[in-house]
Amino acid sequence: MVSGVSYADVRVVETRDRLLSTRNGRIGSLESSETMGVGIRVLAGGCWGFAATDDLSTQGIRHAAALAVSIARASSRAAKHKVVLAPEQKYEATWISPCAIDPFSIPVERQLALLAEVDREIRQNPAVTLSETSMTFARIRQVFASSLGSLIDQTRTTAGAGCAAYSFQGDEIQKRSYPNSFGGQYQLKGYELVEELKLVEHAPRIAEEAVGLHSAGQCPEGEWTLILDSSQLGLQIHESIGHPIELDRVLGSEANYAGMSFLTLDQLNRLRYGSPIVEAVCDARLEHGPGLGTFAFDDEGVPAQCTPIVREGLFVGYMTSRETAAAAGATRSNGTMRAAGWNRLPLIRMTNVSVLPGESTLEQLFDVDRAVYMETNKSWSIDDKRHQFQFGCEIAWEIRNGKRVRMLKNPTYSGITTEFWNSCDAIADRDHWVLWGVPNCGKGQPEQVMGTGHGASPARFRNIRIGSGYRGKGAE
Amino acid sequence: MSRMLSRETCAGLFDRVQRAAKARGVTDVEAWIASGEESLTRFANNTIHQNVSESSCHLSVRAAEGGRTARATTNRLDDEAIGAVVEGAIELTRASEPDPELLPLAEPAAYGEIDRFSPSTAEATPDERAVAVAEAVRIAEEKGQTAAGIFSTEYSVQAILNSRGVFGWHAETLAVFSITALAEDSSGWAKASAADHRSLDPAALARRAVDKALASRNPREVPPGRYTVILEPAAALDLAGQMFGDFGATALADQRSFLTGRLGTRLFGENIHITDDVFHPLQAGPPFDGEGVPRRRLRLVEAGVPREVASSRASARRAGGEPTGHGFPLPNEYGEAPLNIVIAGGDASLDSLIASTSKGILVTRLWYIREVDPYEKIMTGMTRDGTFLIEDGRVVGGLRNFRFNQGLVELLGNVEALGPAERASGEETFDMVVPAMKVHGFHFTELTRF
Repeated sequence: MVSGVSYADVRVVETRDRLLSTRNGRIGSLESSETMGVGIRVLAGGCWGFAATDDLSTQGIRHAAALAVSIARASSRAAKHKVVLAPEQKYEATWISPCAIDPFSIPVERQLALLAEVDREIRQNPAVTLSETSMTFARIRQVFASSLGSLIDQTRTTAGAGCAAYSFQGDEIQKRSYPNSFGGQYQLKGYELVEELKLVEHAPRIAEEAVGLHSAGQCPEGEWTLILDSSQLGLQIHESIGHPIELDRVLGSEANYAGMSFLTLDQLNRLRYGSPIVEAVCDARLEHGPGLGTFAFDDEGVPAQCTPIVREGLFVGYMTSRETAAAAGATRSNGTMRAAGWNRLPLIRMTNVSVLPGESTLEQLFDVDRAVYMETNKSWSIDDKRHQFQFGCEIAWEIRNGKRVRMLKNPTYSGITTEFWNSCDAIADRDHWVLWGVPNCGKGQPEQVMGTGHGASPARFRNIRIGSGYRGKGAE
Repeated sequence: MSRMLSRETCAGLFDRVQRAAKARGVTDVEAWIASGEESLTRFANNTIHQNVSESSCHLSVRAAEGGRTARATTNRLDDEAIGAVVEGAIELTRASEPDPELLPLAEPAAYGEIDRFSPSTAEATPDERAVAVAEAVRIAEEKGQTAAGIFSTEYSVQAILNSRGVFGWHAETLAVFSITALAEDSSGWAKASAADHRSLDPAALARRAVDKALASRNPREVPPGRYTVILEPAAALDLAGQMFGDFGATALADQRSFLTGRLGTRLFGENIHITDDVFHPLQAGPPFDGEGVPRRRLRLVEAGVPREVASSRASARRAGGEPTGHGFPLPNEYGEAPLNIVIAGGDASLDSLIASTSKGILVTRLWYIREVDPYEKIMTGMTRDGTFLIEDGRVVGGLRNFRFNQGLVELLGNVEALGPAERASGEETFDMVVPAMKVHGFHFTELTRF
């Protein structure tokens, strides 16, 4: 290494992806992409420098390495302290994620034919004004080498698919998605995910529900018992557990953009994050499931781990990196550094942040006098310290005495993160636990869009404020 | 700028694309070429903590044959990779069913001149950025505050060429400085962007952020409700900017636009005039769209009445009109959108907007804005980094931050006064030319804890 450089790592990343979509029976997207490049990170004089290039010639890589070193030295002009990394082992490994059916081996004709069939099923309903279907696949091979002597070759295959029906009538646009919004479900799988989702079977239902929402009652405003489906709970976890536990946010690294966190260091092992039935983990291991945050090693060569985050309601853990672990009193990173590609610097990112299954059957979960049950995210927003949130869902149902009695449209709910999780009094069991994929999590400058995983079962919360999102439309 | 792709280099690349396509029996091809270098110095806790540079190039090839079309992209430019990307585009194209509405490739056209390239910005060094950051940090430290932010400089080249002779090439530079100043129980923020980094004043932006953090110390709490608000340009941008994806012919045809059934009717106040104008001196981007059609100026809203929407070649043909030069690269799901928004301003300074307000709230910045209702365009989000109470024409102190749920149709009907339009930069949408807005009846629905 160049004099003064105390650490360096290199990631060569090769990505192949395919995106297919339809809109009202016509092709929306039909594209493929193959990219390759290298990102070089160096620690010189106690400061970081990073340079990335897709010029993989010897000259191009030498230029990028020299640029990374010169950037690190420029950083020292406004440096207040020297970066110290938590110790880590040297690893040599090759890992390929499980993929039962290679999505790139399935003819595009067959994939388009499936989307066309789903699209037709949605448009069988004459009151549907727009139908959308999509599937997307990616294979990412990354070779990581570091000055510790690590050499790690990982290949991950991901898949995603879903559909949506829109209906415009009068002064309303209503939408239903399956199996989730944001294009559906995404997992660390191959084409088997598409087959498991059974899109054709679910298409008529979402079309009917999108149209039915026009004649549904408006979601009331007030304090109600709230039951969330597992996909909405997955996003609730993402926003109100996943982001606040990013230790770089806590320490101020994201203050200018993504914000900070209410989980200041003094809260660790003290804060009652949730009720005693709330158990949350950050788990990148394959044992947790095929999530978008599942891998063998993170992007600074630390093995995948399971970190307890909330234990019996108590806040017990952050997501850390080699640089930040010591701030949380740890001697080692818990392996959450991820980069959105060869051209981006690894940051602390959610892996699979999940709330573990509870013990309730669905019947027990719904066994209440009066509640609102909300399904499928429509809008999501939370403040920059992750206290106050508001979510909207595509559809809701009023529950009376354990039964769905009527459909409700335009449901929203809001609250304060810790109050919300402390109001949780039932979580459905493992039979209803799903590891959802969020494909579009943004963080960092330049922005990095990352896929994250969130395991969730349907869950019940007491005395939650609902309906205030629609105060702007009639209700005061 | 060692790898900046000149017009000649792009022409040479396309020649290789055409030859590879012809060798595979396809004559109709289009290439979108994008390359550039972006460097970003990031600071937090009064120190530079991330400092990056990226050099990249993408070649995206679209093939068209028998009413079918598809796209493949690579970032390698050797002959083997070009052959593979052309092969990929052709394979995907031949896998699809013919679309009777697919148009042939666009014909050549002349593009207006735009000069948005600053050689000094393209060649700005990490040292230059570090010096500016060090000064901004010094300004924050002087007041006992903690600074976080970015200083980025970049150049980019975009080119479109097709086998019918379309050839558009555009190079530009961009510099962005953004700073958040953190005090014990308050914060302030300022951000600016420009084609030439020498026209940014990082020290002035730092002082503005620091002053906001000072002025909002000991924030008080006022109850949620309807208030007169003054949205500084960045706040007006990030809120009003959420609606322009609906100003497209395809969104209207799909009935997913809030303008469905409303075009040509008065929707906003008479003081609202909005254009799309790629040639505006404070704007950015190339003078051609994703098919190589020249962008033309659009009268999106005149005196509160939505008049024109953006169209691509396909949506214009369906509607029986001419394309406006706002189409996305084909194939795509969304058709088109205006990307060079200019909301006409007024002559009221920010100080005079405040002075004319007996009770109201001054908003520096909005955050995490999402759509609650697509037809009334109700948006929710939070205030952030400088929210102030105005009483009797004066800023009297900082406030705890609010959640809002506000319909944009209502918002733009309640605008009482406008400041001068300026290039505004936020975090929730792309940069636009936007004025500060004084709006009555703005709907804050909840409070947060800080």
